[in-house]
Amino acid sequence: MSEALLSIRGLSAGVDDKQILDTVNLEVPAGEVHVLMGPNGAGKSTLGHVVMGEPTYEMTSGTIEFDGQDITELSPDKRSRAGLFLSFQAPVEIPGVPLTSFLRAIISGREGIDMKRKEFRKRVRALADELEMDRVYLDRELGVGFSGGEKKKVEMLQLLLLQPKLAILDETDSGLDVDALSVVSHGMEAYQRQCNGTLLVITHNTRILEHLDVDRVHVMVKGRVVAEGDASMIADIDANGFEQFEQAASAE
Amino acid sequence: MEQDTKKKRSQVDDIDRSMYDFIKDESGQEHLEAGLTPEIVREISEKKDEPEWMLEKRLKALDIYNGFPIPDWGPSIAGLDMDNIVTYVKPETDQQASWEDVPEDIKDTFDRLGIPEAERSYLAGVGAQYDSELVYHSMQDSAAQMGIVYSGIEEALHDEKWEGIIHDHFMTLIPPTDHKFAALHGAVWSGGSFVYVPKGVKLDYPLQSYFRLNARGAGQFEHTLIIVEDDADLHFIEGCSAPKYNVANLHAGAVELFIGKNAHLRYSTIENWSKNMYNLNTKRAICDEGGDIEWISGSFGSHVGYLYPMSVLNGRKARSSFNGITFAGAGQNLDTGCKVVLNAPQTSASVETKSISKDGGVSTFRSSVVATPKAKDSAATVSCASLMLDDRSRSDTIPAMDIRCKSVSVGHEATIGRIGDDKVFYLMSRGMSEEEARTMIVNGFADPVSKELPLEYAVEMNNLIKLEMEGAIG
Ligand SMILES: Nc1ncnc2c1ncn2[C@@H]1O[C@H](COP(=O)(O)OP(=O)(O)OP(=O)(O)O)[C@@H](O)[C@H]1O
Ligand SMILES: [Mg+2]
Repeated sequence: MSEALLSIRGLSAGVDDKQILDTVNLEVPAGEVHVLMGPNGAGKSTLGHVVMGEPTYEMTSGTIEFDGQDITELSPDKRSRAGLFLSFQAPVEIPGVPLTSFLRAIISGREGIDMKRKEFRKRVRALADELEMDRVYLDRELGVGFSGGEKKKVEMLQLLLLQPKLAILDETDSGLDVDALSVVSHGMEAYQRQCNGTLLVITHNTRILEHLDVDRVHVMVKGRVVAEGDASMIADIDANGFEQFEQAASAE
Repeated sequence: MEQDTKKKRSQVDDIDRSMYDFIKDESGQEHLEAGLTPEIVREISEKKDEPEWMLEKRLKALDIYNGFPIPDWGPSIAGLDMDNIVTYVKPETDQQASWEDVPEDIKDTFDRLGIPEAERSYLAGVGAQYDSELVYHSMQDSAAQMGIVYSGIEEALHDEKWEGIIHDHFMTLIPPTDHKFAALHGAVWSGGSFVYVPKGVKLDYPLQSYFRLNARGAGQFEHTLIIVEDDADLHFIEGCSAPKYNVANLHAGAVELFIGKNAHLRYSTIENWSKNMYNLNTKRAICDEGGDIEWISGSFGSHVGYLYPMSVLNGRKARSSFNGITFAGAGQNLDTGCKVVLNAPQTSASVETKSISKDGGVSTFRSSVVATPKAKDSAATVSCASLMLDDRSRSDTIPAMDIRCKSVSVGHEATIGRIGDDKVFYLMSRGMSEEEARTMIVNGFADPVSKELPLEYAVEMNNLIKLEMEGAIG
């Protein structure tokens, strides 16, 4: 048994009859920053959702271990409460539910995180300020009428509020302007620093990684992890794209 | 006890059926025979020592009732056997002005429903009806000093000062010829409130009436008559509940609202009748020039419901808005909506409804907008959003429009949807159980209505939704 905080072994998954992920192996030790890259449609988001337990996808083989526990059969809420977090590439909208009420509900009953109403308000306001989010968003309906960038900031806000043991950030940096990008990147640093966080970052944008100490890079092509390496892979991918891996993937 | 009630009303995590679903012993109460005859009608009138004209109205209504066929549209009311409905059940008390004087078990009922508590904290006046009669009626002195009258309608009928006014208004807006159950109401009505707000008087705090039907197999036929004079302003709240029996109960009340020039009335209802109830209630408002009626309506209970508050806009620039939500669960067939008659120039009406169906429940939205030739430059919009929580449930929309005036603009919009799996997953990925996630989404869906209610009632409505959602998964 490995020491990794998250370890995915032999994971295959798909929808209906369509296979999307093929025998994926991936490990993320506690405290490290890992990056998952790959061309559009490779299956990166699907992997994030399967790890979080989305029932739309059927897991046909493999296991997922998290923090020493086999979570393969757990429902998403239990995975969340075990300390796993997924920042969505496309966060949803919930009409009629104010962001604050939603935030209040998601911390409720969490040991060490749930807090009194007054303290909560203070904390949430501080986080909004830190993420350069106008406080008026806190009273708006969750996601409704939020721009793409604002939605991503709300994901970051939840990350900092929930302080999970491991966060999968699925293109949290995409669609952000320069200022927002730096805010999000500060948020990621803050998460690491404040809660000794562990990150699996899915991105197409190598700029966001400049501020992070990347420990390992995984490359996914057509549902398979076809290459792994240290941070130097990022520059390589930046310069040469995924073609090299695609050939490798189809050669098999 | 009160502490307990309070807790249950305001805490979303902790609610159980027992809040509404408890039965009080009815032995010792006075019941009239089941079924309906002129003798029963006479007996009701006699007990109430009514003016002769009222008895005549009753007998005429009974005649009309007997001549009416059972409605052949809408949900079936075949389960309602009128020969078995007890039309009159008198609680063992006269109307009191202090809770101390209300018999213990009845007081306990209203305590558990949180009424005295609500009265102390944010209401200007309260009326409480138990079965066929009002058992409590009281209003703050400050409101009385403003000249506002809030009393039992029967009490007002015995007051020379009001008898004439009641005579001139009673069942003029909802005549017994309107439909079978309006006629029934006219024949056997009992209890209900009379409100009179004088010209220019604006009441900041709401008045509330609460209706509790405890007796098994009985009917409740209260009559609410509200007159808001020119430039006056009132918020009236009505709540209702009943314990569940395995025989049919019937509610056929009538609400008549008269709104003067530039006056405003907000009429809010949270209806949570038990699921053996046939709720065949009729509500109607008439607005004079610049008058404004706002209906807020939450319908949760009843086995079968026919409920279409109607606004008659009779003066230039009169307005009506309707904001309602209906939740139909297992065994419920709720046919709800709103009717509007635009009968003067520059009137405007908006109808916005939400309906939710679950566990095989049927929710039908029915609306009618009529614009007469007098409705020059008037406008109406109707929108209905339905949410079906599973494949067994049904949701229908039946909007009708009858526009007899060229310059009237009407808009209509209807959507039917389901809860998106992506939304449920998102919320679950944040640590909520599936039930919590669905409840949050449904509460959000209901928000446009609940945010129109005073906070305490919005909380109660959220609780009712939570209650309906419990055990939804599985
Ligand atoms: N629910 C689904 N139903 C059907 N197909 C799906 C579903 N989810 C994902 N797919 C398919 O699986 C493949 C992988 O999609 P996924 O979103 O995981 O890619 P990705 O690597 O995240 O791409 P991108 O970089 O564009 O975000 C795609 O072909 C996609 O169309
Ligand atoms: Mg993706």
